[in-house]
Amino acid sequence: MSTRTSERPTLERELAADALKTAKKGHYLPVRANRTWLLAAAVVLLLAASILLGSYTVTVPDFVTIVSAQLTGGEKIPGASFIVMETKLPRAIMGLMVGVAFGLSGALFQTMLRNPLASPDVIGISNGASASAVLAIVVFGASGAAVSAAALFGALAVALLIYLISRGGSLRGAGGRNGNAAGNRLVLAGVGIAAALGALVSFLMTRADIRTAAEALIWLNGSLNPATWERIGVLLLALAVLLPLTAVLAKPLRMLELGDDTAAGLGIRVGAVRLGLVLTAVALAAVATAAAGPVSFVAFLAGPIARRFTGKPSLPASALTGAAIVLAADYFAYNVAPMLLDGTVLPVGVVTGALGAPFLLWLLATSNRKDA
Amino acid sequence: MPVRAEVRARKGTRPAWLLAAVVVLALACGASLAVGARAIPLSIVWDALLHFNPDDGNHAVVHARIPRTVLGLLAGGALGLAGAAMQGVARNPLADPGIMGVNAGAALAVVSGIHLFGITGLGGYIWFAFAGAAAAAAVVYLLASMGREGATPVKLALAGAALSAGLYSLMNVVLVSSQDTLDRFRFWQVGGVAGRDWSVILPGLPFLAAGALIVLASGRIVNGLALGDDLARGLGQRVGISRGVVALGVVLLCGSATALAGPIGFLGLVIPHAVRFFTGPDYRWILPFSLVLAPALLLASDVVGRVVLLPGEVPAGIMTAILGAPVFVWLVRRGKGVSL
Repeated sequence: MSTRTSERPTLERELAADALKTAKKGHYLPVRANRTWLLAAAVVLLLAASILLGSYTVTVPDFVTIVSAQLTGGEKIPGASFIVMETKLPRAIMGLMVGVAFGLSGALFQTMLRNPLASPDVIGISNGASASAVLAIVVFGASGAAVSAAALFGALAVALLIYLISRGGSLRGAGGRNGNAAGNRLVLAGVGIAAALGALVSFLMTRADIRTAAEALIWLNGSLNPATWERIGVLLLALAVLLPLTAVLAKPLRMLELGDDTAAGLGIRVGAVRLGLVLTAVALAAVATAAAGPVSFVAFLAGPIARRFTGKPSLPASALTGAAIVLAADYFAYNVAPMLLDGTVLPVGVVTGALGAPFLLWLLATSNRKDA
Repeated sequence: MPVRAEVRARKGTRPAWLLAAVVVLALACGASLAVGARAIPLSIVWDALLHFNPDDGNHAVVHARIPRTVLGLLAGGALGLAGAAMQGVARNPLADPGIMGVNAGAALAVVSGIHLFGITGLGGYIWFAFAGAAAAAAVVYLLASMGREGATPVKLALAGAALSAGLYSLMNVVLVSSQDTLDRFRFWQVGGVAGRDWSVILPGLPFLAAGALIVLASGRIVNGLALGDDLARGLGQRVGISRGVVALGVVLLCGSATALAGPIGFLGLVIPHAVRFFTGPDYRWILPFSLVLAPALLLASDVVGRVVLLPGEVPAGIMTAILGAPVFVWLVRRGKGVSL
C-alpha cells in the first residue's frame, strides 16, 4: 500500500497522510468534522425557512426578483417587496447575527473559565443590560435606540465591575492551580451582581405604570421585533471587528485550556490574552443584547450543545448553534405561537428559554459525564 | 500550628458569637416594631406590647407591625437554614433557592394560579407557591440524579439553572399575553413581608417547623455530605437517603418561605457565607447561626426599606439584595469563606 501512495501526486499523498493521522486519533473525528458543516447547513435551512415560509410565504424566484429589484432599483412586487425587505429579511438576518454573537460569547466565557455555568446570562452581564434598559424605559421614558444604548452601557459597566471585583491577582496569570478559583470568584461576583440587578428590575416593574411594564417585559425577554436595517448595520459593524478578534484569540484560548502554567510555558501572555478574551466576550454579549434584548439561554446553551454535537469544544460550532437556536425559536415565536395563543407574538427569548431548558435537562439526564 | 490555634480559638468563641447573634436579632425585632413611617417613641412601643389599648393610634400602629415582624423572623430563618443546608448538600457555594429553581417553580405556580384560576389574594397564592416550589425542587433533584453518577454538584446547579430559565419563560408566555396577570403578579414578584396578616402566616407554620427540625437535626449529616460522596460513604453514611432527607427539609423551608413572603433572593446565598466567617466549616454551627442571622438581616432590610423612600416603601426583597450584594462582593474578594 505504501508503494502505491508514493506513486500518487503530492497533494493526494498529503491528504492520505492526513486521513491516516485522523484515523489514528480516533475514528469518530472525520464524522464530527462533518457535523460542523451539518450545523452550518441547518442554519442556512432555518434562514431560508424564516425568510420564505411563515404566515406570508414567498417563492424562491419571487425572493430573487425582490432582492435584485431592491439592489438595482428595478420594479418591485407590490406588497411582497415591503414584507420581505422590511420585515422578514431584517428579522432573519438579525436573528442570525444575534445568535452568532451570543453563541460565541457564551462559548468564550465557558471555555475560558472552565465552567459551564459561566455564560454571560448567568454571570450578570445580561442583567446589567436589562437593568439599565428598564431603568431607561421606566424612569426616563426612553424607547428605540436609546434603550439599546442604555443596554450596551449597562452590560459594559457590569462587566467592568465584575472584572474589578474578581481581579485581585486572579485574571492576570494566577497560575494553573488557582485558575479554577479565579473562575469561581468571577462567577460568584457575577451571580451576586445579577441577583441584585434582578431585584432592581422587579422593583422598577412595580413602579412603572402597567403599559410601560408590559413594554419593558417584552424587551426583558429578548425580541427580534425591533429588527431594522439601521440596527443590523450597527450590529454588522460590531461583528466585523469582533469576529476576527475572536478568530485571533481562539488559538491562545485553546492553550489556556491546558492550564495557565502550561500556557505560559508555551509562550502565551496569559494576562493579556485573558483580558482580550474577556473584553471580546463581553462586547459580543453586549452588542447582541443591545440589539435584541437578553435572549435567554442562547449563550448558556450554545457551547454545551455544540460540544455534545461535534464532540469537541469548538467556537465556530458554538456560533452556528447559537444562530440555529435563535432562528428556530423565532420562527416558532413569530409564526407558530400566534396560532396557539390567539395572535400573541411571543418574544423570541420566551421560546429559547421554554424549549432550551428541557433540552439541557435532557442532556444532563442522559449524560454519563460529570463536566456537563 | 497557627491554623490549629485559630481553629481552637474559633471553637471556644462560637457560643459567645451565637449569643451576640441572638442579641442582634432581638435588636432587629425591636427596630422592626419601633421604626416606620410614623415615628413612635420607644416607651410607647413597650407600652403597646405590654398593655395594649386599641383606642390609642400609636398602639394600633405598633400592633400592625407585629405580623410583618413575625413573618420576617419566620421567612428569614427558613431561607437562611435552607440556603446553608443546600450549599452543603449540593456542595456548591452558589446553591440558593434562586439557583436551584425553587423560586422559579413557585413563581410559575402563582402566575398559573392568577391566570387560570383567577386567584387574587395572598392567602390563595400560598398553596400555589408551595406546590410549585416543591415540584421544582423535586424535579431538579430527580433530573440531576439520573445518569451514571447520580446528583453531582455541577449537575444539580445546571439542572436548577436550566429549570429556572425554562419556568420563567413559560411564565412570561402568560405575562406577555395577559396584562391583568402581569399587573397582579409584579407585586408578588418583588418579595416582602408587608401586608401579610395572620391568616396568611399561620397555615405556613407547620411546614416551617417540620423543615426547621429536619434541617437543624442533620448538621452532622450535612458535614459528611459536604466532604463529598465518597468520603461520606467512607464515614458510614447512606448518601442517597441522607441527601434525600435534608433535601426534603430544604424544600419545606424554601417552599413555605417563598409562599409567605414571595421570592426573596440573596438571603440564602449570602448568610451562610457570612456565617462561615464566625463558625468555620462545621455545619452543626453554621445551621443555627444562619437560623439566627438571616432573619436579623431580613428584618433590618425591611426596616431600612420602610424609611428610605418615604412616603413609599421599598420591599424587603429588594433591600436584601441591595444590602446583601456588597457583603457578598466583599466576601468574594476576601477569597476566604467562599469555598466550602
